[in-house]
Amino acid sequence: MRAERALTTLAVLAGLIGLWEGYKAFAEALHLSWPFRVNDVTMPHVWDMVGQLFEPSRLNGPLLLHVLFDAALYTARSAFVGFLIGAVAGFALGVALAHSRLLERGLLPYVVASQTVPILAIAPMIVIWLKAGWLSVAVIASYLTFFPVTINTLRGLKSADPRAVDLMRSYAAGRWDVLWKLRVPSAMPYLFTALKVSATASVVGAIIAEPPASIQDGLGGAIVNFNQYYLSSPASLWATIFIAALLGIGFFGLVSGAERILVSRAPERVA
Amino acid sequence: MTGGPPNASPDGAPAVSIRGMSKVFRGRGRGASEVRALEDIDLEVHPGEFVSLIGPSGCGKSTLLRIIGDLEQPTTGPVLVNAKPAHQARVDGDYGIVFQDSVLYDWRTVARNIALPLELAGWDRDRRSQRVTEMLELVDLTGFEHHHPWQLSGGMQQRVSIARALSFSPALLLMDEPFGALDEMTRERLNMELLRIWERSRCTVVFVTHSIAEAVFLSTRVAVMSARPGRIRGIVDVDLPQPRTNETRVDPRFFELVATVRRRLRGMEDDAGVVVTGEAEA
Repeated sequence: MRAERALTTLAVLAGLIGLWEGYKAFAEALHLSWPFRVNDVTMPHVWDMVGQLFEPSRLNGPLLLHVLFDAALYTARSAFVGFLIGAVAGFALGVALAHSRLLERGLLPYVVASQTVPILAIAPMIVIWLKAGWLSVAVIASYLTFFPVTINTLRGLKSADPRAVDLMRSYAAGRWDVLWKLRVPSAMPYLFTALKVSATASVVGAIIAEPPASIQDGLGGAIVNFNQYYLSSPASLWATIFIAALLGIGFFGLVSGAERILVSRAPERVA
Repeated sequence: MTGGPPNASPDGAPAVSIRGMSKVFRGRGRGASEVRALEDIDLEVHPGEFVSLIGPSGCGKSTLLRIIGDLEQPTTGPVLVNAKPAHQARVDGDYGIVFQDSVLYDWRTVARNIALPLELAGWDRDRRSQRVTEMLELVDLTGFEHHHPWQLSGGMQQRVSIARALSFSPALLLMDEPFGALDEMTRERLNMELLRIWERSRCTVVFVTHSIAEAVFLSTRVAVMSARPGRIRGIVDVDLPQPRTNETRVDPRFFELVATVRRRLRGMEDDAGVVVTGEAEA
């Protein structure tokens, strides 16, 4: 089962590399100029991207892999703290909205509207308030992560079986007990769906928050940097993207692992 | 489970007392129609009785059960449970409720499902686990305490649900078609088990069902209801000997009573509201 899954993952990875390299070879042979001209700058070889990781990042400097690893750790800290802030705030807001029709009607439109304000507009303000640093990056990342958590918490808390609510009433259970012993456990699948979305969003949020906070030490800084030198070393940017993707996958995996430990329930489509 | 339930009614007071109760559901918005779900309901259930409510769909039997359990409010008429308003009885933990679906919590083991009402009532861990062990024995599920509900069959799930309802020794057990979703064999076996549990726990049972045979087999009295608006059209005393056994199901008296209830259900227009005392009709 486990071996099968690993094989599937490898096969998909091989397929993707095959597509990339196949299209590159095909387009180069035919000199296609649409949608863009394909060469080693626009589409470097996959092995060049991976190989770049093991080249020095600058003359006599450390390996690129080393530099990117440090950058990923730096970004991971802001992303993780941002994820936690967003998850806790999003959950609390969802609980509040679920308990008051008035709050839900009054506040929810603003919660939704908050997500239409681009992060580019929010980031400079937060940097001004909190000073440039990893904490302001974390707060910006949390701005991206709380929303799915709020919406799914609200939905999940309301998904409790109405007869189970009746039973809790018949035991004369208070609101607090109904919340923690029935509604929150019922909301867990919804909550974890949101947390998975948020986990990857927090990495993206931290990366795009770094340049406005003028932080050079993270993956965001590395992306801006390698963007400037793209023409001379395209594989560096692609290598950075790999590392960023791995970080996102890692966050996703952490949440999935937590879900498997915390949520014990019927396998889908059983019972 | 020795002795009577601690929440038993004061001496002499009926377990359930309803007089001239009605329930109207009002639709929302302007021009919404009203549905008279229940009208002119009189019902008295004595401690230790097993009373079934039977009637066609839409006769309001589930609504009546929910009103007794303070899950719905009557539009008019008092509902007294153990000589208290239904609301007070609910707060005092007088009700154990079993629905058609077991409504178990997937994320809790069998033992923790049964312990849920005890947790809410503030029992300590030792008392809880002792009671859970007793209840598992009562419903014949010893050894399944660490299973999750989705690992059990439908009949076993319903037994867990009964154990949960009885865990805190409520005076009144309200059951809304508890065996309606089960196959006939399981249903008959659970009927026997329910009677055994009823005898041992000495609680009062109000039982909603679609099945005439089930109602007659289980009950001391059967309240026959009619629809639109929901009314109690007659109450049939079931004078079959206790305890009921598999022999009861082939007793000629059993068939007579089934026929009586069936006639009541069909010929609603005759002698409305008359309390039938159980003689077989000519």
